[in-house]
Amino acid sequence: MANASQMALFATLFMPLVAGIWVLVFSRTDRAIRWSSILFSLVPLVLSAWLMLTYDRDAGELYGEISAPWIPMLNSNFRIAVDGLSLPLIFLTTLLSTLSLYYSARTIRTRVREYFVMFHLLELSMLGVFMALDYVLFYLFWEVSLVPMYLLIGIWGGQNRSYASIKFFIYTLVGSVAMLLAILLTYLATGTFDILMAAEAQPFMQLDDHNRLLLGSLAFWGFFLGFAFKVPSFPFHTWLPDAHTEAPTAGSVILAGVLLKLGAYGFLRIVLPTFPEASQHWAWAVIAVGAVAIVYGAFVCVAQSDLKRLIAYSSVSHMGYVMLGIGAASLVLTPDGLDAVAGKFSDAVTSGQIYDSAVMALNGATLQMFNHGIITGALFLLVGIIYERAHTRDLSKFGGLSAKTPYFYGIMLVTAFASLGLPGLAGFWAEFFTFRGAFAIVPIWAAFGTIGIVMTAVYILWRIIQNVFLGEYDGTKLDHWTDVDGRPADGPTDMVFFEKLTLWPLVIGMFVIGIYPTWLLSFFNTASVRLITFIIGPS
Amino acid sequence: MNPIFDLTWLVPLPPAVACALIILVTNRHKSLSSVIAIAGVAVSLVIGWAVAFSAFVDHGLAHHPVNATLFTIPTGRTDIDVGYALDPANALMLFMVPFLLVMIFIYARGYMTFPHHLKAADFPEAHAEGKDPRYSRFMAYISLFAVGMLGLVTSNNLITFFVFWEIMGLCSYLLIGFWFEKESAKKAAFKAFVTTRIGDALLFIGMMVLYIVSEPSSLSFADLFSEDNLYELGRTYANLGFREVTWVSIITFLILCGTIGKSAQFPLHVWLPDAMEGPTPVSAMIHAATMVSAGVFLLIRMYPLFDRALHLNSTTTYLVAGVGAFTALFAATIAMAQWDVKRVLAYSTISQLGYMVAALGIGAYVAALFHLLTHAFFKALLFLGSGSVIHGMEHGHEHAHGHDSDADGHASELIQRPDGSLDPNDPQDMRNMGGLLRRMPVTGWTFIIGGLALSGFPIITAGFWSKDEILAVAFEENSLVFLALAIAAFCTAFYTMRQMALTFFNRGRTEAADHASESTRSMTVPLILISFFAITLGWIGIPAAFPVLGPIGNNWLGHFLEPFMEVIHIHVLHPEFNFVPLLVSIAVALGGLGLGWLVYGKGLPPGETDPMYRAMGPIWQIFHRKYFVDELYDATVVRFSNFVSSFCASIDSRWIIDPLVNLVGKAGVWLSVLAAAADHLLVDGLVNLTANFMRWCGGVLTQLQDGKVQAYLVIAMVVLSIWVVLVGMPIVLTLV
Repeated sequence: MANASQMALFATLFMPLVAGIWVLVFSRTDRAIRWSSILFSLVPLVLSAWLMLTYDRDAGELYGEISAPWIPMLNSNFRIAVDGLSLPLIFLTTLLSTLSLYYSARTIRTRVREYFVMFHLLELSMLGVFMALDYVLFYLFWEVSLVPMYLLIGIWGGQNRSYASIKFFIYTLVGSVAMLLAILLTYLATGTFDILMAAEAQPFMQLDDHNRLLLGSLAFWGFFLGFAFKVPSFPFHTWLPDAHTEAPTAGSVILAGVLLKLGAYGFLRIVLPTFPEASQHWAWAVIAVGAVAIVYGAFVCVAQSDLKRLIAYSSVSHMGYVMLGIGAASLVLTPDGLDAVAGKFSDAVTSGQIYDSAVMALNGATLQMFNHGIITGALFLLVGIIYERAHTRDLSKFGGLSAKTPYFYGIMLVTAFASLGLPGLAGFWAEFFTFRGAFAIVPIWAAFGTIGIVMTAVYILWRIIQNVFLGEYDGTKLDHWTDVDGRPADGPTDMVFFEKLTLWPLVIGMFVIGIYPTWLLSFFNTASVRLITFIIGPS
Repeated sequence: MNPIFDLTWLVPLPPAVACALIILVTNRHKSLSSVIAIAGVAVSLVIGWAVAFSAFVDHGLAHHPVNATLFTIPTGRTDIDVGYALDPANALMLFMVPFLLVMIFIYARGYMTFPHHLKAADFPEAHAEGKDPRYSRFMAYISLFAVGMLGLVTSNNLITFFVFWEIMGLCSYLLIGFWFEKESAKKAAFKAFVTTRIGDALLFIGMMVLYIVSEPSSLSFADLFSEDNLYELGRTYANLGFREVTWVSIITFLILCGTIGKSAQFPLHVWLPDAMEGPTPVSAMIHAATMVSAGVFLLIRMYPLFDRALHLNSTTTYLVAGVGAFTALFAATIAMAQWDVKRVLAYSTISQLGYMVAALGIGAYVAALFHLLTHAFFKALLFLGSGSVIHGMEHGHEHAHGHDSDADGHASELIQRPDGSLDPNDPQDMRNMGGLLRRMPVTGWTFIIGGLALSGFPIITAGFWSKDEILAVAFEENSLVFLALAIAAFCTAFYTMRQMALTFFNRGRTEAADHASESTRSMTVPLILISFFAITLGWIGIPAAFPVLGPIGNNWLGHFLEPFMEVIHIHVLHPEFNFVPLLVSIAVALGGLGLGWLVYGKGLPPGETDPMYRAMGPIWQIFHRKYFVDELYDATVVRFSNFVSSFCASIDSRWIIDPLVNLVGKAGVWLSVLAAAADHLLVDGLVNLTANFMRWCGGVLTQLQDGKVQAYLVIAMVVLSIWVVLVGMPIVLTLV
């Protein structure tokens, strides 16, 4: 007998599939396709919100768990559940999906049916990854997510779409192969495809030190490649600017908002708990790519001339915080590592404080995943809004838009400042906790990362705000403006109702999390504490 | 405890509500928006003063400061407590900040008329109303600014302090760049934000370190300033590789960096003079009530750490004193050679903030806080006064040249002069002014009051008392600092007299000056109210030993703060009363004013260069060009960062990373081609070769089977013959 949470979880996962089939088979007109898509997508949104509200955040147990035999000869089960880590990300997925569908309903005009079917399929696969507790299921959803995004870029994308979509597909596929090998290795070591049971079993524990580390490292690097390509962490990031630049607006929103999080989620769900020793051994690599990505990404942003490409690189920089947080926490995943770090930094710092610092680093990383989702999602929507009108993203073609489009400017300003980590808006708390954790564990890398704080301000304010919005409006720079529906216009026109409606939930989110982070953070905090406690035991 | 103290957390709230209301609801109604904004800060003023005055009479507060939690943020197994604090130090700020904010807001209501750099045709409605087209937005921004400062003052922990600190950074960005059509304004806004953010990033690191090494791990002021924690921070060392340094030195250094950015101290002072691009009420806010005061207030808030460092003889405290004293002198010399009426004040702000920082570097906690308060009042007065002057000049310009000249407004040609080029229509250039006292008496007299307070005119002005107290401590603690500050005080008095003389005295040098008119009441009334405090506020801190006046005033400020200082473990200084610094203080103030009067008192005839330029030549030019610091930064920091950006971008997409990815992709394609070729040539080739061979064989053999019986017979015969020969031959041979 299924209880309410199980049913809600099951419905959240498969409603996009139902929607996809409905749209494919039963909707006759484009109008019906659009409206039924939006309405269907509200169901998982409401259900995931309900799941968040009813979840016991202090206990942090699995919630809505469903487990059924699936492929018995592989010992693989259909096991899904959520906890404090995945629940907010699921909500993020359903929210961004609904907003993207709503935005696409007005802006996608070709091959409408295929587009919406692909989008529902995409949502299904992303939700599946966040819920799956079985490696086979996880891998299945992981791979499925590639196809719709490939088609979204390849069919509805910009001019260079075939290069970008192939690059995206092949790049992530290479990572997937590495991950598949690591999954098989884990399976051979533990005899189960269950993610949590494999972590409980701690693969390779029975081997001697040398072999244990060797095989653990093999598995770690397999997963690392799979996840780091997806994050994407420096230096595996160059598919991202191309994919973003070519993808349709809603595709970029989902790509930046959710797909990148799958990689980081994989580290937290699989790598850290299952291979703590190898994670600790290779933590410096994760830390290094994270810190370098923060600074390097920010510098690269400054030199961009394409608005969308700039924001794509800002994702590289911002996901660097996630990697830095994860890496810092990884470094102290064993009691020995904890003590080593505690002694190194200062006599004043005890291992108990480092333990809390590791939790804070993870809190920062997870919060950054969520915040980056809403902030960068909003940024890509804003770029889409201006692209629909100007049909260019060349920064040198803009200037002085704030006088012409004050509403657009206002929303952009809030989002941009949220992105640069202004206190009072969402981005700050993530940076704060990431750095708080990282400074206690790897102070030099963290100090290096703070260069990113300054450079983020430079590219956001100089390249975006100043270049696009401030100054005197010059009508000669760009003379073929249209309104949002493609009709010719005299100059830039301000946001219309549907665009405002798409952005307001995200803007409200930035304010709410910025002013009162406690509620959202309590999900992640319990999950992080449980994760750390699971690995090194209570401090 | 007084129940009124529980209202402290409400102080930042009304402007926040006002800001939201203006943006979401009333943004189309300019006048209403300004009323809402003023009402917002007025409510804050009422609550703030209720709290502050209750605190002034409550003797228990010093021993039991208010520290309350509003909500918590989880951090692993512990929490961050977010709440508010009230103690004598921030009670004094709650007296100063909301009052000045209300004055500035009322002033802004009158000041934000249709700006001259905009074309009337672009904004017909706003022009008809006579108000700035973005009047409501301005009101919303300054309300948010007020939230930032009031929230910062009432914070009980460093995290929310930093949150509000950065919100002020945002507001300064928005407001300095408020007239963003102007190229200079948008650059100034960017410069202000990024420059202060460099300081903020270092402060952020400092916060992190402090958070980590404190026991208990916390950023709440109450936890940080416990005796144990202060002691431990001074006792434990960080190993920096080359030497061991106490944590308290590292932390205070990083906090100082935050102040250097926010309070525009050398070497991060470059943003503040450019911040003059904002509308004048903003300048008054930034320079007096909010932004830059926040930097000094940070030092005051964190002073237990600095006091600890002072007692350990840490290098950091010498740095604090050195940065402050150097900046005080450095900026004062620049101010002597500026022409823009607001720029002079900007450098004087930098210089005066240097006094406060220097005072904190030598342990003069009370004196620094005292000077922070008095300076806020007289500097707000001076800025608002200069705004009124600019308005008057603009009116005079309109009157003299008619409204039509607006269209080509600033297109007028610059006059090249050896002491700096001059725009004859610039309403801010003091060379275009003169004789304004007769045209604008209220502005003029209040400005003179502010100017005298700034120059420390003895006994009657507030600036004298606070500056004297700093000099008195400096005389005992550090003679080098004393010397620098005394010279700076002389320069201050000199450039203040120069400014007053060039602006208000003698005869006008342009038609605009001759036709300038007094500003509206909404602007002059705040001037009068503030000038009251610019004089009287000094009386709260008259040293008890001062002849005649001392026993009357009885140093109320010192008595109010000292018990609290002991509670947070700050060493209380009791400088011996000494006539030397007092006389020096009086001498430099009067001497500077006197010399200024001698040089500029008789007026500067139109077209004549600055007499000091004639006297000093190249040295004056160095002052005038601000020691070329901006040029230096452009040539080094800015260029370097741009270089790194384009270098990284090239690595990314042109040189290394993406080419490598594409190379791998291409290699994959080549490999495929190769495999395909191999498949075609070798694998398939072998198969085909076999097949072809067979076919060839078949072809050859087919020709044999052509159906001609004769041929078959011939072949049969030939084969038979051969067989016969082959078989028969050996037999024949054996026979033979």
